[in-house]
Amino acid sequence: MRTTSQKLSFFVSITAGFFFALSCAATAQETKYIEDQRLDTESHIGNLTGHARAAQPDYRRYCVGCHGEEGDGLGENEPWLDPKPRNFTLGQFKCRSTPTGTLPIDKDLYDTIARGLDRSVMPPWNTFTHQQRADLVAYVKHFSPKFQTEKPGTPIQIPPEPAVTADRIKAGQALFQRLECWKCHGVEGRANGPSADTLQDDQNRPIKAYNFAEGARPKCGGTDADLYKIFMTGLDGTPMPSFADNVKPDEAWDLVFYLRTLEPMHTKEREIAKQLGLKPINPNAPAATPEATPTTPTPAPQQ
Amino acid sequence: MTSPQRSLVVVLLLLLVVLGSATTANALPAFARKYGLRCSACHEAWPMLNYFGQKFKDNGYQLMNDRDAPIWQNPSYWPVTFRITPQWHRESTDKVAVDTPAGPNAGQQQVTSHGFDLSGLDFHTGGTLEKNISFYVLPSSNSAGSFHFETVMARLDNLFGSSWFNVKLGKFELDNLISEKRILTLTNISGVYQTYHFRPPGDSNFYGQIGDNQLGVEWLGHSYNDRTRVSAALLSTNDGQVGLPSSNAYSGFFTASQAFDVGKFGVDRVGFYAMVGEAPTFFLTSNGGGPVATPFGNNSGGGNKGFSREGFVGLFYFGKVDFLVLTQHGSDNAFFATTPSSPANQPLPAGLQSPTWNGYLVETHYVYSPQLIFLQRSEFERVSQQGVQGTPSNMGNLNMFTFGYRYYPIMTSRAGFAWHNEYSWMRQKGAAPDGTDLTSSTLLLGFDFDF
Repeated sequence: MRTTSQKLSFFVSITAGFFFALSCAATAQETKYIEDQRLDTESHIGNLTGHARAAQPDYRRYCVGCHGEEGDGLGENEPWLDPKPRNFTLGQFKCRSTPTGTLPIDKDLYDTIARGLDRSVMPPWNTFTHQQRADLVAYVKHFSPKFQTEKPGTPIQIPPEPAVTADRIKAGQALFQRLECWKCHGVEGRANGPSADTLQDDQNRPIKAYNFAEGARPKCGGTDADLYKIFMTGLDGTPMPSFADNVKPDEAWDLVFYLRTLEPMHTKEREIAKQLGLKPINPNAPAATPEATPTTPTPAPQQ
Repeated sequence: MTSPQRSLVVVLLLLLVVLGSATTANALPAFARKYGLRCSACHEAWPMLNYFGQKFKDNGYQLMNDRDAPIWQNPSYWPVTFRITPQWHRESTDKVAVDTPAGPNAGQQQVTSHGFDLSGLDFHTGGTLEKNISFYVLPSSNSAGSFHFETVMARLDNLFGSSWFNVKLGKFELDNLISEKRILTLTNISGVYQTYHFRPPGDSNFYGQIGDNQLGVEWLGHSYNDRTRVSAALLSTNDGQVGLPSSNAYSGFFTASQAFDVGKFGVDRVGFYAMVGEAPTFFLTSNGGGPVATPFGNNSGGGNKGFSREGFVGLFYFGKVDFLVLTQHGSDNAFFATTPSSPANQPLPAGLQSPTWNGYLVETHYVYSPQLIFLQRSEFERVSQQGVQGTPSNMGNLNMFTFGYRYYPIMTSRAGFAWHNEYSWMRQKGAAPDGTDLTSSTLLLGFDFDF
């Protein structure tokens, strides 16, 4: 025979179990509700409207192995990849047309999917149709609550590209010295500056500066305008800051032209540099501009 | 519940748990391991390529992301994949000539056999030797373990920095958009595309089998995103047999295709292909009929005559359902109308004419998920002109149907495993010993795996 105390304990246990199960079910239902709501996320690229829900099969087929089921960059391949896959839940992206610290516009993500990211395992997924890509952009966005609460930044204005001249290249070189780009990228752009070995990304993982002398395409695109953008928006989550507050738009073009002289390809800029007999900068010499003191750029947001 | 019933329920439950607990997939796991991509990235269902996988192959097994050179790999990485399929299968043919027991009852009867068995072993190794220099070597065995080289080729990719200039040399699969080497069907009937191998009754020209790997050199060009593809190959007419076994004849294989965006459905593709060549009609003999043996090969064939295969191909996607469509028109010179062929150094015997035929193939897939695919294929071969005048016009016509499914319980970038279940059926007009129709069928259940 059970005692009253035993009966009471039994009753309390059953009741507690019931409420625990009920709360679990409610939490699961709420999570499902939020996930379901997020799957209504859309993207807008030109006339295209992407739907996150439609991208589920493609994400599962192509992306999940690296970026993970939850979009947290923890797919089963993550331990063996360098650089690591993007954690979409943070809502932080390197390749943007928007100011540092802001969300990218949909077109930025759309372009990144098709272009791929050189020097990583992210290949160019230009085999997708435009619609599939737009859907995937919406799916990428649905992982981060940031896209539900914040608006993307306003894309920076890129002034028309001026003509390349010797003066502009020299001005660009002076800027390269003044902004201390060489500290990471090296005086010849070989990614061997004094700070190169100490660089870390926002997750405290070692990261390498871009080696201009290698001739590889920069991660966020290889056109002059792409270089301009990288320089003025920064690569969020990496030590590469935005120089938008420190450099005038026209000066930024000078730097773009100078950077082209560091690449091994046959370019107009390289030809002019050759005619000028342009030598690598001397980091110990004072900068050629009145502002000899290094300018402190806007740091990239760290998370 | 009786004891056997209980056991059955337990077994079924265990099977359900094993299959159901697998959450996560994979074709050449060697490539998947190299790049950290799941099989599903390149394969609609391995081994069949999807659009991205075709582009990867066209780029010389490169993703074109600066991580293609082997120097990026851990030194212990070995680009090797094994594939084999242990299986149970049942084979049945309704009319087989028999003489046992000897005596007046000898004749023909249905023969059915079944049991556990093995497929051959494929030993794939491929990848890059350096950025834009790729290779593929595939020693392949039959189920008894006797090996041959199925593929051996090296390829120079993106010559002059252009995706339009890629050259490969060796023994390789022809640039067939519907690839027999990546076929999803595995039975003795469906393991090859009948359309790629069909010949009318009596036709002796076995050199035009575009499903077989061939020896030669190929140029392939494609647009950056692979929407447009063209290729041309110069081949020795020997059906891929090494040692210069046939003659000094050559064949050409040409393809071109264009892909189109169809919105959320994906990318569809249409194209054409053509194989045109010459093959020997006789061989020099010595010592009373044996083939001539020369110190450096046996290229004693002569009397070359022409043959051609041409057709259209289409890959059409409608969400989870897709259709592969192929047509073929084949034609052999009249000297090939009989077996053995009529030597072309002598007049053509009376009553022979050029055998011609048409083939049609439709394969349908329902991709429920990257882990489960249902499939069917129907092939129809129709002789349009018999090689020997007076032969019934439908003699040799062939119908083939197969259906089944493949379930991939695991999805990782390390290995591949598929539970394969398929039934195939084929009937050919007038192919039985007594001149009536011959019907064959196959049922296969197997574990298809690679690692």
